[in-house]
Amino acid sequence: MDGPNSLVLAVIGVAIMIAGYFLYGKFLAKRVYKLNAEFKTPAHEYNDGVDYVPTNKFVLWGHHFTSVAGAAPIAGPAIAVIWGWLPAFLWVTIGTVFLAGMHDLGALWASQRNRGQSIGTLSGRYIGKRGRNLFLVVIFLLLLMVISAFAVIIADLLVAQPGSVIPTWGALVVALGVGQAIYRFKWNLAVVSVVGVAALYALILLGDRFPVSLPDQILGLTPEGFWIVALFLYAGVASVLPVWVLLQPRDYINGIQLFIGLGILYGAVLIASPTVVAPAWNDAVPDDTPSIVPLLFVTIACGAISGFHGTVASGTSSKQLDRETDARFVGYFGAVGEGLLAVGAIIATTAGFQTLANWRETYESFSSGGVPVFVEGGGAIMNEGLGIPPGLSATILATMAVLFAATTMDTGVRLKRFVVQEIGQLAGIRLGTGAATAVVLIIALALTFSQGADGSGGMLIWPLFGTTNQLLAALTLSIVSIMLMRKRRPFLPVLIPAAFVLVVSIYAAVVQLRTFFLDGEWLLFTIDAVIIVAATWVLIEAITAMGKVRKEPPEPEDDQLLSDDERIGLG
Amino acid sequence: MTSALGWAERLRWVNSGLREFYVAPYRRVFARAKRDEEDLFMMLVLSEALGLPNPASGATLELLPEMLDRVHEWHTRQGLDSSPFDSMSCC
Repeated sequence: MDGPNSLVLAVIGVAIMIAGYFLYGKFLAKRVYKLNAEFKTPAHEYNDGVDYVPTNKFVLWGHHFTSVAGAAPIAGPAIAVIWGWLPAFLWVTIGTVFLAGMHDLGALWASQRNRGQSIGTLSGRYIGKRGRNLFLVVIFLLLLMVISAFAVIIADLLVAQPGSVIPTWGALVVALGVGQAIYRFKWNLAVVSVVGVAALYALILLGDRFPVSLPDQILGLTPEGFWIVALFLYAGVASVLPVWVLLQPRDYINGIQLFIGLGILYGAVLIASPTVVAPAWNDAVPDDTPSIVPLLFVTIACGAISGFHGTVASGTSSKQLDRETDARFVGYFGAVGEGLLAVGAIIATTAGFQTLANWRETYESFSSGGVPVFVEGGGAIMNEGLGIPPGLSATILATMAVLFAATTMDTGVRLKRFVVQEIGQLAGIRLGTGAATAVVLIIALALTFSQGADGSGGMLIWPLFGTTNQLLAALTLSIVSIMLMRKRRPFLPVLIPAAFVLVVSIYAAVVQLRTFFLDGEWLLFTIDAVIIVAATWVLIEAITAMGKVRKEPPEPEDDQLLSDDERIGLG
Repeated sequence: MTSALGWAERLRWVNSGLREFYVAPYRRVFARAKRDEEDLFMMLVLSEALGLPNPASGATLELLPEMLDRVHEWHTRQGLDSSPFDSMSCC
């Protein structure tokens, strides 16, 4: 049987998620979180022009979405389609509607009802003294996974698409130039933007013309290993430079390039509307493929539910919410945006091939899926739809994905530095910027190389990343459930998904533990064991806290608590 | 309506949109850095209250009244109910 047309798949996916926003999102906002437009949000209560600033909901959505979207919603689906397109498609669409949207909206609501405090502080408040330490352990693990997994993704892409080497590193020079032009020479931004983007595309053309393939051995390392070391050095330097020098102009150019790249890709899908060649359900998976349950649910984390979103929602977005009712658009629709990106990745990796045999050849092993396949498939669709040569199409997409992943990687190193400093403080050790960054880089490098210096371990770490991400989501959802229980509101729409993600992540971690044990991967084995301990800890703390709440008298409803100075007029 | 003025206006609109896109994500970082610098300056002016000799106290003395508001803003931000400086009790 022929597969469906990819356009049909895209339309169904969009329809499900939009319906989720209008129906289920509305139900959550009205009955569960009871958003009140009159509530004086932290942005108004503590307006300081720095952290707390009431912000237009569309602008805030833009910031929120660009902070949460990275290479992860591309990488997860690009691996998971090995089980067929249908399971991945269903998990992404249903996950976005019932889990991701609910989680992101819930985290935003919980934080802005608590003076814009972060999930870390809230876990201390609602779970108990140990809650804060538990959160630190989980976030430490999560950032470690992000940095290592993304370093592997970028290194693989640089080797698979040698054309992207020049634009990837050249983009840094462009960004440095843009930063100088804006701050030192005060040139017109529109002119600088046009020149910057033109320079980036010139680099893409140049890179495509002169691909850079490293020799098999370079400084005693494989090409992948060399790129990984180079990336860590870059991320270490980038994370400590003043932000205006590199991070700010680079984010800006990346943002513009992202819109152009996505426009080209979706335009190509619309024109070419290729047929999905991959099977709906793959009953001939390669031998090394793990069982779909529970691995599917941790392979696709971002795009179906991601705990990382809760840290963004409670860290920055909650302090900028103008009206409480805006939370539905910013939180829930932010998750929808990421779901759409994941559907795009599913289409590129299942419809970007001529025949089923070609597809099977690419997905010959569990570790052969990933972003390079997205680049290859998406490149083929761009060639068919817009007539851009396949090599150049692939270089454009690879550069886009690398820039995306690199942004997350150096931001991850920066954030992890703060976490390391905080853990140091708890242990009574004062760590400076340099020392903390060095600690971060050494731990992450050790983990990255523990899965094979040649990148042959491929995506061993990816499911671990998903597991940790789900663990954080489960922790956030437990806090939201406890808040709802205290007010005697319907809490099952939150508690059932929380239980589900916690159970699948523990299950997946146990399955992986066995694999690591059999393969003798001791570092990964230890990390996985720590994850299982942390997950069990979350489970026990959450159950204990919920048991306590049931015995306490109910908290009054928000509307009864609202005093006159906590209201803002509905002007 | 594509008069010369209309185009100039439109260009300005595009430029301000781009500027927002450039500046907004890092506004907090810069505002914080500025605040930290101002705090450091305040500490220098008040260094004698902290027991540190200030060779420039002759020049910074007249800034003390200006610091009163800043100290108040600073100690509320630090979660202190009142000013820790004896010479600068604001509330």
